[in-house]
Amino acid sequence: MITRFLWNGMSRNLRLFVLLVLAIGIALPLLNQLMPRTSPFYVPAYVLQLVGKYLCYAALALAVDLVWGFCGILSLGHAAFFALGGYCMGMYLMRQIGTRGVYGNPVLPDFMVFLNYKELPWFWHGFDSFWFAAPMIVIVPSALALALGWFAFRSRVTGVYLSIITQAMTYALLLAFFRNDMGFGGNNGMTDFKDILGFSVQSDATRGVLCFASALALAIFLVISAAVVGSRFGKALTAVRDAESRMRFLGYRVEGYKLFVFVLSAAMAGIAGALYVPQVGIINPSEFAPGNSIEAVLWVAVGGRGTLIGPVVGAFIVNWAKTYLTGALPEVWLFALGALFILVTLFLPKGVVGLWGQIKARRAQPA
Amino acid sequence: MNAPRSTSALLYLSGVTVSFDGFKALNNLSLLVEPGEMRAIIGPNGAGKTTMMDVITGKTRPDEGEVVFDGSADLTKLDEADIATLGIGRKFQKPTVFENHTVRDNLLLALAGIRSWYKLLGAAPTRAENDRLAGILSIIRMEEQQHMLGARLSHGQKQWLEIGMLLAQNPKLLLVDEPVAGMTDVETETTAQVLREVNKNHSVVVVEHDMSFVRALGVKVTVLHEGAMLAEGSLDQVSADPRVVEVYLGR
Ligand SMILES: Nc1ncnc2c1ncn2[C@@H]1O[C@H](COP(=O)(O)OP(=O)(O)O)[C@@H](O)[C@H]1O
Ligand SMILES: [Mg+2]
Repeated sequence: MITRFLWNGMSRNLRLFVLLVLAIGIALPLLNQLMPRTSPFYVPAYVLQLVGKYLCYAALALAVDLVWGFCGILSLGHAAFFALGGYCMGMYLMRQIGTRGVYGNPVLPDFMVFLNYKELPWFWHGFDSFWFAAPMIVIVPSALALALGWFAFRSRVTGVYLSIITQAMTYALLLAFFRNDMGFGGNNGMTDFKDILGFSVQSDATRGVLCFASALALAIFLVISAAVVGSRFGKALTAVRDAESRMRFLGYRVEGYKLFVFVLSAAMAGIAGALYVPQVGIINPSEFAPGNSIEAVLWVAVGGRGTLIGPVVGAFIVNWAKTYLTGALPEVWLFALGALFILVTLFLPKGVVGLWGQIKARRAQPA
Repeated sequence: MNAPRSTSALLYLSGVTVSFDGFKALNNLSLLVEPGEMRAIIGPNGAGKTTMMDVITGKTRPDEGEVVFDGSADLTKLDEADIATLGIGRKFQKPTVFENHTVRDNLLLALAGIRSWYKLLGAAPTRAENDRLAGILSIIRMEEQQHMLGARLSHGQKQWLEIGMLLAQNPKLLLVDEPVAGMTDVETETTAQVLREVNKNHSVVVVEHDMSFVRALGVKVTVLHEGAMLAEGSLDQVSADPRVVEVYLGR
């Protein structure tokens, strides 16, 4: 019943897009498993990994767009929520290594043995169980978003000041996670993962399942976001974005609206980060780098702010270009990124998706 | 013409004085609006019309005088939010509709009722709400534009939508400041019809310069001059008053 309600709430374009995302998530792993290696349709494991990674980035972009595009909160710290989700997953994966680590300690991860830890820090307890780690992936980023948003929105911090606060948050976390005595592996972070739920993280089949899981998560986020922004709540949300004081004047307490999307968005980013970590095989403090959050905003701007399809398209375009350019012409990438940003702000205020709409509108007009 | 204090009046101003640095923007002003009445306030620029609105809505505190709403509420003691909740809605001169929302959604957002985010998440507009929307759309004559975005409306249409959004909050008294400024003659005529329609269920105080508009309203007129009431009566009566002629022609 509720799924039907959600499905009916989506536009036709969005439904097709969700199906496309799911189709990619199903087809690529199947082609990898079923096709012989010599077949032109065979999908090598590195493609699964790459697409899986992009799908996680796309989910992060969607999370950013939910707050920025639909509520006007320009968060420059969303990579922090992504990284926190990633660290929760990383802790679970570390505890799965067990005696297979270099030091063979059944309880302590290698970096703790190396740093002379005598016992597991209290906040590591429970992470040996996936069913403990899984809710943490959502709870930890959401709790941080709730705390930050509570203070910021109630004190009516908006615009560039809010952006600076979110940027400061991710920078503070970057510095904190760099410290060895924080108990999260310092600047090396966590790596050398072995299993997830008993399956080897290296195997093609696991990579396929993770790629599918990322596609599924993105599809679910798209459906949830569509339901939220399409509801009466969504109408109020975009009204807050466009004319906050007018909404207060009409009797709306806008803090509640902002806080809800901010927390929802942080939870999505956390799940995306958790799916990302087993696919790339490492999580370290560089994920908190302020530049990462800014890049995520750029994906949204390129794809189309305030649309649901735009951020996904933007994340794929920019990251594909990044993968290509950092391989082919590494010194060019940063300039290309800067140029892209200028081009998009000047010529594509509604992003690639908006451009498509413009072309369609022009076609529809009689010549 | 000082009216005696009456609990039956919807709005009662008596001896209201407001000074800005010694300059009296309102000078011992008295005014009485009956329930269900529509009153037009005219007067030359700087007569104190907007200041009077500010006093009624709690934006400006009077130095002296009484301001009583609905027989008992002392507006000089309440703030803007309280006064709005009591049922006084104000339309400002500059329209501020939600540009990225349709006319209908603008009205839905303004509709008195649910405001909390968690209740709106699952809520569909109820039948009663849809009926209210249909009623307002008909009063402001914008049924055909109901799916048009706010940004695409003409200046006149934005003003009507503003009046509709005010109605959606269901106030007892509407204060409307210079609604036809910048409108074409046809739009001005329509605005007069809209306000007459609004007046069927709400009391209205409308401030306006435009004489043809005031004539089209066909209601009792109060002439303000230098912060005080100069004359009161039908438009024909006040325009025959030599003091009014002098104020308007002597400018
Ligand atoms: N905040 C203020 N400070 C000083 N003078 C003001 C202020 N508001 C209004 N006035 C003066 O009070 C007088 C009445 O203004 P107003 O009520 O806006 O007139 P109206 O709306 O009838 O044109 C004007 O002379 C104006 O300059
Ligand atoms: Mg004025």
